[in-house]
Amino acid sequence: MSMLRIENLHARVEGKEILKGLTLTVNPGEVHAIMGPNGAGKSTLGNVLSGRDGYEVTAGTVSFDGIDLLALEPEQRAAAGVFLAFQYPVEIPGVNNTYFLRAALNAQRKARGEKELDSMQFLKLVREKLKVMQISDELLHRAVNEGFSGGEKKRNEIFQMAVLEPKLAILDETDSGLDIDALKQVAQGVNAQRSPERSFLVVTHYQRLLDYIEPDFVHVLAGGRIVESGDKTLALKLEEHGYAWVREHGEPAGASA
Amino acid sequence: MSQALPFVDALGAAPLPASGIAWLDASRREQLDAFVAAGLPDTRMEAWKYTALRALGQRRFAAGDAQAAARVVDPAVFALPGVDGPRLAFVNGVFRADLSTLDVLPSGLTLQPLSQALRQDAEPLRFVLSRYEAEQGDAFVRLNAAFAADGVLLKLAAGAKPAKPVHLVFLGAPAEGDLAWHLRNVIELGEGAELTLVEHHAASGEQQHLATVMSDIVLRDGAVLRQLLLQQAATGSSLIRRSKLHLGSRARTTSHVLELGGALARHDLHADLAGNGASFATRGVFMPRGRQHIDTQLAIRHQALGTTSDSVWRGVADQRARGVFRGAILVAPGADGSDASLSNKNLLLSPNAEIDTKPELEIHADEVKAAHGATVGQLDERALFYLRSRGIPQAEARTLLTAAFCRAVLDDLPNAALREHLAALLVVKLPA
Repeated sequence: MSMLRIENLHARVEGKEILKGLTLTVNPGEVHAIMGPNGAGKSTLGNVLSGRDGYEVTAGTVSFDGIDLLALEPEQRAAAGVFLAFQYPVEIPGVNNTYFLRAALNAQRKARGEKELDSMQFLKLVREKLKVMQISDELLHRAVNEGFSGGEKKRNEIFQMAVLEPKLAILDETDSGLDIDALKQVAQGVNAQRSPERSFLVVTHYQRLLDYIEPDFVHVLAGGRIVESGDKTLALKLEEHGYAWVREHGEPAGASA
Repeated sequence: MSQALPFVDALGAAPLPASGIAWLDASRREQLDAFVAAGLPDTRMEAWKYTALRALGQRRFAAGDAQAAARVVDPAVFALPGVDGPRLAFVNGVFRADLSTLDVLPSGLTLQPLSQALRQDAEPLRFVLSRYEAEQGDAFVRLNAAFAADGVLLKLAAGAKPAKPVHLVFLGAPAEGDLAWHLRNVIELGEGAELTLVEHHAASGEQQHLATVMSDIVLRDGAVLRQLLLQQAATGSSLIRRSKLHLGSRARTTSHVLELGGALARHDLHADLAGNGASFATRGVFMPRGRQHIDTQLAIRHQALGTTSDSVWRGVADQRARGVFRGAILVAPGADGSDASLSNKNLLLSPNAEIDTKPELEIHADEVKAAHGATVGQLDERALFYLRSRGIPQAEARTLLTAAFCRAVLDDLPNAALREHLAALLVVKLPA
């Protein structure tokens, strides 16, 4: 059975239609890259899937493991196994990173009817994940994202993903603002978490990230819908020809990027 | 016009406590007459601009509680972790030896009910008890001066540094009707003395009394006072407090303030940095909800060279509550090289809540460093969504963010057990 099934999704932000009939199916273990020019609706897709306020779905359906994802609150989606790695992770002064992560994990476990972890069990889990992510445990003692560099914020997102172990991870332009070393580290963290049960939606503007996170499928999002799909070679074609090439080849008449 | 107020009529006709000390009884009569003549302040007065006393003016309170000694009090209502030193407790304005711990006082510490000190030797208290009213007479100061028959007398000898905190407990207890009770505190730290002091207002059951508590605190040169002001009065009660600190050279005070209780709670916290190099730091939070009205008036006067003040305040108002904060800093002529900073950030958790904040800075000296700022806002929606997207339910996320917002106020409180307890009190106060 498919894990994520998006059918004919239309969504509005501040009265403006951004997604205009997006259809996409993701099976367990698959990595799908969503590429597209600025303004194509890439970030809107991640925000709609994670349940952010202000994104109004006007038509279409999204089912996740057979349930209606759009009917759930953001925290229920998280407990169901959806994770959004933010393009701009939020700084939260006064909330300790470790405390936050434990509260999040235990809230999810509670919602799923699982036993909550005590602080010893949680620390053990965190230490395992830290090794994989190559994150200094100093970050754990600071407030959530407060004063983190761009690279630290993105790595913290991937670290959270490692601890929360979602079924579906949506990476929203995780490569933006990263230098090549930070990009490699983030990609390595993501690759360490690939598994036959876990799926990824990698949203990006540039092909560069896909050199390090190899996708099974590449989709081009333009004008609010997917206009072209293919394997990883599609990303290379885009890199070579630019998004203008897609417009000529695939975009329906009347839509604008 | 003020004669028409039931509040003034009732208390104006009440019998005054008789001390048998001529100057004190005469002063009480004088203060009561002045109270009756002037009545209650109104919102045309700057200091009461945001705190209307119309509803209070319509109420009648009985003066004092003849049964105070017999009121049953559960000690759990004032128990605090990490606070296990000497204790002086009052119920409805009356000293309660049975709830106090005065048997083994550390050397250099005098701690007794003011009434006892007055009986023993009133003359040394004459100056301090008359000075206060002359300087800051308004209705509540006058009422307090007229009716306060007791309070705290605390003196710490030069150089004395008791290890344990002193716990002052002021309790309101249910009575047959609404009472007005009053306490007057006189506190003095000798040269180089150091003290941790917990001023704790709590409730032994819900009631709608009016209390006034006036404190006069003097720090001689080099004295250090670490103060916690924990206000957990009954949610139906009215509590009017005035704390006046006087700091000598190099004297230091750190005040952590939690304003949580009361239907109407007003606290005037005034500090005079009178000696060179004196410093005063405040960390405060006020958190009204329901229909509570909590008003804090902070006034700091830099009067000497190189004095410093540092104030960090947070306000959180929910439902239909109202918070008022005024932070007035004056750097007087001659207080060169002083450093003053004041920050007040506020959070409104409901569209019907209101917080009025007013930082004021007045500088008449040279080479002064001063910074102040105040904001009023709502919870950060982006942060809220971030937490929810990780699985934290909305209500819990709101509590987490609000507690974090207040956290800065408790961060540097050295007593860890107490700090955790207070942090938990803030969370309890938040909407679930």
